[in-house]
Amino acid sequence: MLILECPYCGVKAEETELSPGYEAHLKRYGPGASDDEFESYMFARKNPKGVHFERWRHVYGCGKWFLAARCTATLEVFGTYPAQTSAPPPDLIEAIKAKRPGWEGYK
Amino acid sequence: MKRYSVFAIAREALRHHTGWERAWASPLPKKSYDVIVVGAGGHGLATAYYLGKNFGITNVAVIEKGWLGGGNTGRNTTIIRSNYLQDPSAAIYEKARSLYETLSQELNYNVMFSPRGLLMLAQTHHEVRGYLRTVHANTLQGVVTEWIGPEQVKKLVPIINIDGPRYPVLGALYQARGGTARHDAVAWGYARACSEMGMHIIQQCEVKGVTQENGVVTGVETTKGHIGTKKLAIVVAGHSGQVAEMAGFRLPVEAVALQALVSEPIKPCMDVVVMANTVHGYMSQSDKGEMVIGGGTDSFNNYTQRGSFHHIEETLRALIETFPMISRLKMLRQWGGIVDMTGDRSPILSKTPLGNCFINCGWGTGGFKAIPGSGWAMAELVATGQPGPLTAAFGMERFREGRFIDESVAAGVAH
Ligand SMILES: Cc1cc2nc3c(=O)[nH]c(=O)nc-3n(C[C@H](O)[C@H](O)[C@H](O)COP(=O)(O)OP(=O)(O)OC[C@H]3O[C@@H](n4cnc5c(N)ncnc54)[C@H](O)[C@@H]3O)c2cc1C
Ligand SMILES: [Zn+2]
Repeated sequence: MLILECPYCGVKAEETELSPGYEAHLKRYGPGASDDEFESYMFARKNPKGVHFERWRHVYGCGKWFLAARCTATLEVFGTYPAQTSAPPPDLIEAIKAKRPGWEGYK
Repeated sequence: MKRYSVFAIAREALRHHTGWERAWASPLPKKSYDVIVVGAGGHGLATAYYLGKNFGITNVAVIEKGWLGGGNTGRNTTIIRSNYLQDPSAAIYEKARSLYETLSQELNYNVMFSPRGLLMLAQTHHEVRGYLRTVHANTLQGVVTEWIGPEQVKKLVPIINIDGPRYPVLGALYQARGGTARHDAVAWGYARACSEMGMHIIQQCEVKGVTQENGVVTGVETTKGHIGTKKLAIVVAGHSGQVAEMAGFRLPVEAVALQALVSEPIKPCMDVVVMANTVHGYMSQSDKGEMVIGGGTDSFNNYTQRGSFHHIEETLRALIETFPMISRLKMLRQWGGIVDMTGDRSPILSKTPLGNCFINCGWGTGGFKAIPGSGWAMAELVATGQPGPLTAAFGMERFREGRFIDESVAAGVAH
């Protein structure tokens, strides 16, 4: 069972209390963008086997969206952080690198 | 290779079954091939088979990181149907279903195709309208389905409770020639036929990289060294994102876990397949007597081949109202597979940004039924380099162009 800590209310919530929202930090493109840009935002996904940054919503709690770093091959959770950011926090990246020396880093 | 027949069984019975041959060879990889197929699931093996059968291309290797049929092909609940809503889907799934009808004879391998009839229950008024629409669409597509009322459902499925109260059975979309087949046998039958044509099935060999020159594929890096190829077909289901990354492009695909479970074996009690999409559950009875039950998908990226436990509980809780007699059944085994989900719940059979590299993926929760048709269509795409009538609508450019083949509304459930 997957357990994530909501960074807003501090609740350690298991997955039935949460709603997953797939890849985080997508660069958004709107009107006026090229087809390639819009496709990259709307459809093209990293879908990695390993470290993944993703969106979750504390749907049966405070209701807010937050972000998580998680390994899709082991389900290990590296950490969660508030959604008001366009890139993962540097200390979280360092923590993941320490645990996963072969990881290519956040791209 | 010796053919299987009733005489072969008699002959072997008389000599204590000492004369059966290996069904396929395990060769070492050659330096290069005309076509390499990555992934020896049903779709990869069928692609290779029809490359040989329909196009005479037999200098082919199918490369598999584990054992053949060990991916989703060997993990699914084997439902076969073609009652989809959109025309391109109906075309390829019905092609597959009709090939299944004669597949055992074609491959000289018993795939145990059992067109026992399939019901998709309507348990809300919304579903009633949806399935009536599907029946009309199927009529136009030449796919034989019909709408049946609750009394007919009860007649076909005596163990069902049609009264609810939560999920009353209001009728069903019935496909009389839908059913099941033996999943392993489909992979094994195609593998044996490919090996017979001289193709190489190379197991325990993981593709780790894709090599290219001037934007055209030249081969693959594997755990058994570099293998050259003129054309590459990527047919790896849940691992499509990974192998696409090696080939330098991204897909509109997310990998998630889908699970299934079987009960202890019981006496025959249900001789059709029943799908209850409102509650995300479906059930059939295997030849061994086990009730085979499939449930919903997890909705987060996952490569562990384990699903979340709460889905099992949700599925069974809901199915128990519709099938009260299963409440006392013990469940024997539960397992998961990693399915490749696209946004419109339709597959991708496509050219890719890399020259002479093709991809077949996105069958998600429902590709077992499609194996023969998908292999047929993919072989044409790989052999000619151009999409044919069955594949034209399934190119990956459909996403950027907004031409979705929306089956998520028609079949919003795992199957
Ligand atoms: C629980 C469950 C129930 C299902 N129920 C149904 C159903 O009732 N009806 C239905 O129609 N469909 C069903 N499906 C879906 C169906 O199983 C799949 O769509 C179908 O089997 C996909 O076949 P495939 O050949 O594309 O993939 P797979 O059988 O998964 O084959 C892909 C192969 O590629 C190999 N591979 C991956 N990466 C590499 C690499 N780097 N190098 C070499 N090899 C690699 C894998 O090891 C694997 O063997 C179900 C799926 C699951 C998980
Ligand atoms: Zn919260």
